[in-house]
Amino acid sequence: MSTAQPFVFHGCAELRELLGYEAHDAHELLGQVQRVPVESIFCHTAGFLLQRVVIAEAYPNDFALWTATELRDRRLTERLAAVDPFQSGSVEAVRAELVSTIEDHLQHLSAAPARTQGEPFRFFRTHLVPVPTGHQARTLREFRDSLAEVDASALFFHIIEARYRLERGRGDFAEWIDTALGLADLATRLGHIDPYAGSLERIRDRHLSVLNRALEEERG
Amino acid sequence: MAQGSWVKLDDYRTVAPRGAVDFLLRMGERLRGRRFVHVSASRYGGGGVEVLNRLVPILNDLGIETNWEIVIGGADFDATANAVGKGLAGIEQVITETMLQNLQATSLDNARRLRPEGDLVMVHDAAPLLLVEGRSSGGCWVWRYHGDLSSPQSKLWNALRPFAQKYDGAVFSLARFAAPVSVPRFLIQPSIDPLSERNRDMTRGEQASQLERLRVPRDKPILLQVGPFERLHDPLGVVNAYRLVKKHHDVRLVLAGAAPGPGGGVLDEVREAASRDPDIIVLGLPPDPQTELNALERAAAIVIQKPQRTDFGVDVAAAMWKGKPVIGSLAGGLPDQIVFNVTGYTVETVEGAAFRIRHLLGNPELIGRMGAAGREHVRRNFLITRHLGDYLALLAHLTR
Repeated sequence: MSTAQPFVFHGCAELRELLGYEAHDAHELLGQVQRVPVESIFCHTAGFLLQRVVIAEAYPNDFALWTATELRDRRLTERLAAVDPFQSGSVEAVRAELVSTIEDHLQHLSAAPARTQGEPFRFFRTHLVPVPTGHQARTLREFRDSLAEVDASALFFHIIEARYRLERGRGDFAEWIDTALGLADLATRLGHIDPYAGSLERIRDRHLSVLNRALEEERG
Repeated sequence: MAQGSWVKLDDYRTVAPRGAVDFLLRMGERLRGRRFVHVSASRYGGGGVEVLNRLVPILNDLGIETNWEIVIGGADFDATANAVGKGLAGIEQVITETMLQNLQATSLDNARRLRPEGDLVMVHDAAPLLLVEGRSSGGCWVWRYHGDLSSPQSKLWNALRPFAQKYDGAVFSLARFAAPVSVPRFLIQPSIDPLSERNRDMTRGEQASQLERLRVPRDKPILLQVGPFERLHDPLGVVNAYRLVKKHHDVRLVLAGAAPGPGGGVLDEVREAASRDPDIIVLGLPPDPQTELNALERAAAIVIQKPQRTDFGVDVAAAMWKGKPVIGSLAGGLPDQIVFNVTGYTVETVEGAAFRIRHLLGNPELIGRMGAAGREHVRRNFLITRHLGDYLALLAHLTR
């Protein structure tokens, strides 16, 4: 029996709140991105993963998706899609990067920015309610088994929320595997899994395949 | 198969996403002892409250003391509530000051009779909106509007908005359905119950006997539209799309729905169109045709939903749950359910619908692939278990 501090899996319930901010073109989008609460930036750059779409969307945040489908501005879309919350360090840093990206784009436009004829960009924020799932693990095997069974929101809570909003470095999974189990290499491998794999289920599958390989190696 | 109000949350383990039921049980533990009251004008009849028939017993099983109250009033109240509901949906109505006064008086009577007290009181739709006038102290009150409030009759909304703003929050099904109000606006999408008579698994034998009873042969691929025979649901447009398809594929069209209310009905025109083509079947469904719809959706190759105007339109999710690709219009919540090119297609015209149907019939492997993707999409986003989680999140957030 391991004496490691157990890993307690938490999931999270999500409640979406519609804010009073809207944008109809890139210029308005810039103004609203500067103005909205920081939780809204988090919601639109990571919260979509909780919406559980069946496909990996072409673009990894709501801003890029909207400029693609409503403004049909491919150049701005590609640049917004390249904003990576996991490299930016904080949600405010992501906001700053979005602002400088849109500002630069607008400065280089030769005509007035395209205006949507359909849906405006509507800003939300997400209220997360963390809840212990009842799963906990003391060993690598228990960790793998629990990860295979927990509600997908636990992956959001321990990876996306931990790394991005709470700025907990490489995420709760990698941190526990390193500090509690002393498996630094495995922690590094888990920490390198791209959180933008497309959906929480895909993130789960990638974690499970790394963990399964580690368990096989452990067995020799 | 589990039916009726005695269905337990555990029964959903086989259909919900993995881990979801355990997570809901844990959420329930966290919220045990809180009191949740729902108030609506009816327990049936559309508008999105029917799901409470299943959710309320499950919430009680979770230890959340949940009651569901119904407002009552005379014939005047029912007529006014009906007109107000239509007016808020943007259908021009004549609503007099006297009618609004009657609505207010009946609401105050109901508030005195019901005395809704809970940690969270959720008032559903237009009829009981004014109940908030009689709220007692303590507890959060939210107004849950199930329809589209984006373009209400303006004079009516100006009269009702002050009441909506007496709540602690409002809940809408979609962002574009939400009206501007000064209180927080939350979003909770409708859901389907996979264990209900409409959506439960059905054996091939039972399905065959239902179709035989409805006189729907299965010798050709079936295109199905479910919806009232009203102009707003465009059954004639669907017939025209079918005719374009029929030039290339030997298919059968089934139009199934309730007989229309007074005015706006196109049943005679549809029957006239069908009379010249034995491959068009027009089915007038009996009241509460859950088993029939289940069998028809399972028999269909492709489901079409082409309303010109609708609310969320959760029938789309019901069809996708049965593994069918859906070709739908851009009305209401259809674009929020159909993932373009993955679970089906959204279209703007009769020609667009015909083109997509032909494309699917010409590439039958796509029908299976899109159907499977649609079922998975519904499993993750539109099942009652997700809906329950949203209500628990609302309860946790507002009563923290």
